[in-house]
This record gives sequence, C-alpha cells and structure tokens, in this order.
Amino acid sequence: MSDILPSSLFIQIQDASGNWASDFAENVIIPKIPHLPVELGTILVMLACAGIFVAVVPLLPLVLVLAERKVAARFQNRTGPMRVGPWGTLQTLADGIKLIFKEDFIPPQGDKLLFLLAPYVIFACSFAVFAAIPFGQNILVSDFNIGIFYIMAISSVIVMGVIMAGWSSNSKWSLLGSLRSAAQIVSYEIPLGLSILTVVMLVGSLGMKDIVATQENGFFSWLIFRSPFTFLAFFIFFISSIAEVNRTPFDLPEAESEIVAGFHTEYSGMRFALFFIAEYANMFAVSAIAVTLFLGGYEGILPGYDFLGGFPGFVIKTLGLVFLMMWLRWTLPRLRVDQLMNLCWKYFIPISFFNILGTGVWGLIFKTDDIWSIGISCTIIYVGLISAYALAGRVFSRKPAPQTS
Amino acid sequence: MESTQSTESKIIELKPFTDEMIVNMGPQHPSTHGVLRLELRLDGEIVREAIPHIGYLHRCFEKHSENLSYPQIIPFTDRMDYVAAMNQNWGFCLAVEKLMEADDEKEFAIPERAEYLRVLICELNRIASHLLSFGTYGMDIGAFTPFLYAFRDRERLLLLFEKVCGARLTYNYIRIGGVSEIIPMEPGSIDEQNFLDEIEEFLDYFEPQIDEYNDLLTSNSIFSERTMGVAVMSAEMALSYGATGPNLRGSGVDWDLRRDEPYSIYDRFEFDVPVAKDIPDLGAVVGDCWSRYKIRMDEMKESVSICRQILAEGLPDGPVMADLKAVRPPKGEIYFRSEAPRGELGFYIVSDGTPKPVRVKGRSPCFSALSALQELSQGLMVADIIAIIGSIDIVMGEVDR
Repeated sequence: MSDILPSSLFIQIQDASGNWASDFAENVIIPKIPHLPVELGTILVMLACAGIFVAVVPLLPLVLVLAERKVAARFQNRTGPMRVGPWGTLQTLADGIKLIFKEDFIPPQGDKLLFLLAPYVIFACSFAVFAAIPFGQNILVSDFNIGIFYIMAISSVIVMGVIMAGWSSNSKWSLLGSLRSAAQIVSYEIPLGLSILTVVMLVGSLGMKDIVATQENGFFSWLIFRSPFTFLAFFIFFISSIAEVNRTPFDLPEAESEIVAGFHTEYSGMRFALFFIAEYANMFAVSAIAVTLFLGGYEGILPGYDFLGGFPGFVIKTLGLVFLMMWLRWTLPRLRVDQLMNLCWKYFIPISFFNILGTGVWGLIFKTDDIWSIGISCTIIYVGLISAYALAGRVFSRKPAPQTS
Repeated sequence: MESTQSTESKIIELKPFTDEMIVNMGPQHPSTHGVLRLELRLDGEIVREAIPHIGYLHRCFEKHSENLSYPQIIPFTDRMDYVAAMNQNWGFCLAVEKLMEADDEKEFAIPERAEYLRVLICELNRIASHLLSFGTYGMDIGAFTPFLYAFRDRERLLLLFEKVCGARLTYNYIRIGGVSEIIPMEPGSIDEQNFLDEIEEFLDYFEPQIDEYNDLLTSNSIFSERTMGVAVMSAEMALSYGATGPNLRGSGVDWDLRRDEPYSIYDRFEFDVPVAKDIPDLGAVVGDCWSRYKIRMDEMKESVSICRQILAEGLPDGPVMADLKAVRPPKGEIYFRSEAPRGELGFYIVSDGTPKPVRVKGRSPCFSALSALQELSQGLMVADIIAIIGSIDIVMGEVDR
C-alpha cells in the first residue's frame, strides 16, 4: 500500500518535521482506519495541525487587543470597553467588523502595488513565525532542526513590509516612521541574535524541541538559570524584542505624539487592521520565543510534574511576559531616536558579545549541567541581583527636591 | 556625502548631509496643543529650522472688545486661555477696576469676601491648568497614563467650579467689582460650608498625589533623559523674549507678580516661589525642559498651600459684589498685569469715559514664550520639538486671541 506515495517525499517530510506526525498517525489514526497508508495518515495529521494553527492563531490578537485595553484601563482607573458583550468581551470583534466596512483608501500619489502588498508581508511574516513555536509536547506545526534560525529569518522580513508601507504611502510622516523602524529593527536584531546564540551554544542545537528538551528537569534547569550569562541574555533578549515589536518605550516608529502614526498613518480599514493584528501576534510570538528559549517552554516547574507545564503552562508563561510588556507600555515614556540607538550599540551589543565569550568559557568549565554548575550559576545570579538592586536603589532613589527661591 | 576642503589647513571634513525635507507639523498634529502649525526644515531627524505659524484660532478678541461694554468682554477673556479661564477673567477685571479707581467721584471697594473667593478659585484654577500641562507633557514624551491621572484630578476641580458658577470651562465668574452671584452662597450657610469642605477634601487628596506624580513621571529616568539638558533657555534669552511665569522661573529668574507686585490680597499669604536651580547629580540644567516642567509641579504645591491658608481663615462675611451702579471708567488708559498660570497676563485698556472701551489689548504670555521656539529648537530632533512645545505650555486660544 505504501507505494501510493513516493517514499522520498515521505522521508523529506519526516526530516522536516521529526517523527511525531508519523508516530501519531501510526498509533492513533491507523488503528481506527486500518487500510490507510501511514504516509497519507502522516500528511493528514500535519494538514490538520496546520489547519488548526491557521484557524486558531489569528484569534490570539482578538484576545490580546481586548486584554491590552482592559489592562490599560486598570492602570488608568478606568473600566475599559464595557458595552459590547459581557464586560466588553466582544469589543474587538465589533471593532474588526467596523474596520472591514471602512473605506479602503489608497493614496493616489503613492506606489499602489507596494501599498497593497505591505500589510500582507507583515501579516504573513508575523504568523509564519508560529510554525516553529512548540506550544506543547506534540503541539507544533513543524520541528525544524533550524527552528530558531528560521524564526529569526522570518521575523527579519517584517522590516521590509514596514519600509514598503512607509515608502509607498507618499507621506513624509510615514517615511520618517518607516525609516526609524528600519534603523531600530535592524539594530536590535543584533543583540537579539547574540542572546539567542548564548542559548544555542549551551544547548548545541537550533531545534526548538531540542532547546526545550534540555530544560525538562524543573525550574532550575531552565536555561535562564543555567549560567549567569544566559540570565543576562534573557533580559537583553526581552528588551530587544520589545524594541522589535515597536512597543513603548521603543515605540518610535509609531510614536503618536511625534509622527502621528508612523508607517501606517495612511492605512485604513482592513489593511490597518492587518497591521494591528500583526503587531499583537508579534508580541505573543516574541514572548513565546522567550519562554521557549529561557523559561522552560512547555516543561513544568518541578521535574516529573505537569504543574505549569504542557500547553497550559506554556500559555500562562507567555501571557505573563505579554502582561509585562503591557505593564511597561502603560508606565514608561518613550526614548528618543539617538538614545534608542545608544542603548543598543553602546550597551546591549557589547554586553551580548561579553555574554557569548562568557558562555563559551562556562561551557568549557562545566561540560554537563550537573547540580554544581547550576548551584554556582544561581549563586552568581543571586549575588549579581543583590548588587544590581543596591546600585539601582542608589540611582533611582535620587528624588529631586522642590525648588524654591 | 559632501566633502569640503578648507584652503588653509589640510583637514578634510566629511559632512554627512542629505537633502532637507520640509515637513508640515500641524495644525492637525496630535501634540501641537491645539492648532499650532510648525514648518519644519528637517535633515533626517534633525531639525534645521522650526517656523511656527499661528493664527488658526484667531477670534478677533481685541476688535470685538471695542464694540462691547466692559462686562460683556469678560466672556471673551474666558476664551483666551480656556484652560485657566478664571485667571483670565480676573486679569481683565483687575485692569478695569484699576481704571475705575482713578475716578474720585464714584468710590467703590471690592468686598473682602469677593477677594478671598477670587484668590481661592484662581489658585484652584492654577492647579487645574498645571495638571493639564503635566498630563499632556507626559503624553508628549510618550507616557499615556499620567494624562488620565491628571484629568481624573482636574475633573474634581471642574466640578467645584461648576458649583460656584455653573460652567466647567468658560466660567465668566469673576466680574468687575466682585464675583458672580449666579449660584448664591450665603455667608455662613450650609452651602458655603459644604463647598469649603469639598475643597479641603480635594486638597487633602491632592497633595500626596503630587508626590505620586513626581515618582511616576518627574523622576522617571527615561523622562529625565528626554527632558534634562534639552532646549536650554538662558535667563537672558528668557528675558529678551519676554517669557514669563513658569518659563521665566524655569530659567532661574526669581520673579513672580503675586509676590513682587502683589495685587488683590496676595500680600497676606505665605508662599514660596519655585525657581529652577542646577541639579548636577541628576543632570538638570537651569532653563531646560525639565526645569520648566518641574516649576509647574512645585507651583501646584504652593497653590495648595495658599488655598489651605484661605480655608484656615475662612471666608469673611459680607457681599461678594461691590455697589456699582454702572461700569463706566473715566477717560484714561491703563495697563495692568497679573500672574496667570502661564505667565504675566496683561491688559491694556483705553477708555474715553463711555461704557465701551476704545481699545483693548491683551498681552499673552504664551505668545511671547512661543516666539522663543524657533531659537530653542535649532539643531534638535523632531522628538525634542514636541518636548519644547509641551514644556513652554502654550494654549493656542491665548496665542491667537
């Protein structure tokens, strides 16, 4: 029966996706439908997975937009949307419907093709990232052996969409916004990539499942605690990823008070909604990547227990980081362009290089992640945190006194 | 890249230079505080020149005034600085009253009760105005939340103003010879007590709130980074441009009309005048955006203290309106200035003895401060322009009149 499909194609699929789909097909589907070839079963399983992702992942922004508005409202002594649905839970849906019915305006002097294409580029790239994120043991579309590399590559293409949008709008504000965005994303890609590299050096693999697999022994085997350098790398990764998704304090590309709305000033209707959805999808994606790389992915806090593990644990951890991003957004002011660049080139990139060096040395000293390496690592992190707190206390407790004549 | 070689030395200077871009910021820009239009000549992000274009909110206040009787002009002053309309009313009334004092035949005195109410309400209005300035400045720099906190507190003040005059924004409360009696508040009555209690309650709530705002925004390191040392206006520059009020004090000039040329009953109260100083360990320089902003935060505390002194003394008994048969100042002219939240608000009035003025000129503090923008913004970035506009705290209604 197996000659229905050329076996070479099957091998390719297996290589790209690991064995889980064929395992699943063999163990679950074949017993129920006895005459189905394994290869066809595998493909069906993968198609079903992809279908679920394509259907479910776009719903994420719907939830996140509402969550953002509710969180913001809480910070600001308001209630947020309350009218559409119970506690305003259907507000995003209503907004989406409104946006669909709005006029789809295309600037007559702009570059029409690029203008039409830009939202799709950004939207597609934002969602393509989800293909490599392992939500759970068996909940991922494809386990590439180059998973994290693929994510970096795909998410870099977003900046193309941003520049296309800014350029084709034929508006000076859009152009300013898109160029700011280009400079920002390209700069912050470097510390981001270098932070990922520290993890990859310790794990020895680019595959997302491999990275998670090394963190299966509970809380202290999470990569963030594996060495002091990955601990530092986590914060650089997180801050850089905030800059990557253009959120406060790095939201210069869409700084409302400076350049109106940045690269999507001229967009309206559904095209604007695509930018909006992509922004929130991005936010979730970078948080999910941070969780996978540093916070144990779908592995739980205690070894052998499922507490904060599996799919629910993964989502909870990711939403925690998303909430942190929202918290920062509604608290902090915005940096200036030169300060943003200074932060990246003068601080993050040197620290990241130091991290790489340190991780290499660490890897040479501690060949395996035994109790000693983790103990020493946690001690260093603890001492570092205490001294950082003392230092920060001295810096941030300087309150300006009232000025009098 | 354009390279220039000087004839004398062999140093080759490389100037990274792109085409200049002229960008029109406003009048519908979200952070030009109304309808200010700036013509920006940009070299990338760097501003080579920022030319303010004003007049989008011009409503012919001065010409209108020539055809109206004095009391009828007061509602027009409301529309000048609509954020602190009480102070505008007061400035105009002070000028007219000063003009009328010159007339020996018709003597009148402004009742004590009216004076106390004027100071109380105007200081509360100063708080309301500075709150708006604080909130919008936070938003200009990129923090959205302080804006809503500021409006939450401002709302309580507006409700108080509504209780005394029935209006939330354009009050027409302070009249020539006293204050409005539209909503009667008998001396010693339960209404008066409720009103004063409510103010006290607000002050008790608001004073610690200022510290919270200072924690949230003023000492935030990103905020300091964005505003400290940016657009330094030296004392000489501030004086030469005629900047007044918080902008002048932010440049280190110790000058406040309430203390130095006391009008009304300001000489009876104890209050400090905040003046900017260098704070080397934070990085603040006298005359930068942060200093101008901080002066407003400190002034709110002083206003709270003045209000508390009035509440401690209690409002005196008596009428709230002088016994005026008609507002008909004698022939002559007057210039009188008062300390509005945004600086020295002056009115120049020429009277020919009829119930209508021959000429009224309003001296707008924002207009003078705005004129410094062009010099302040040289060589800074687009984001800094926003920071400057916010820090000089303009209200376009007053600039254009």
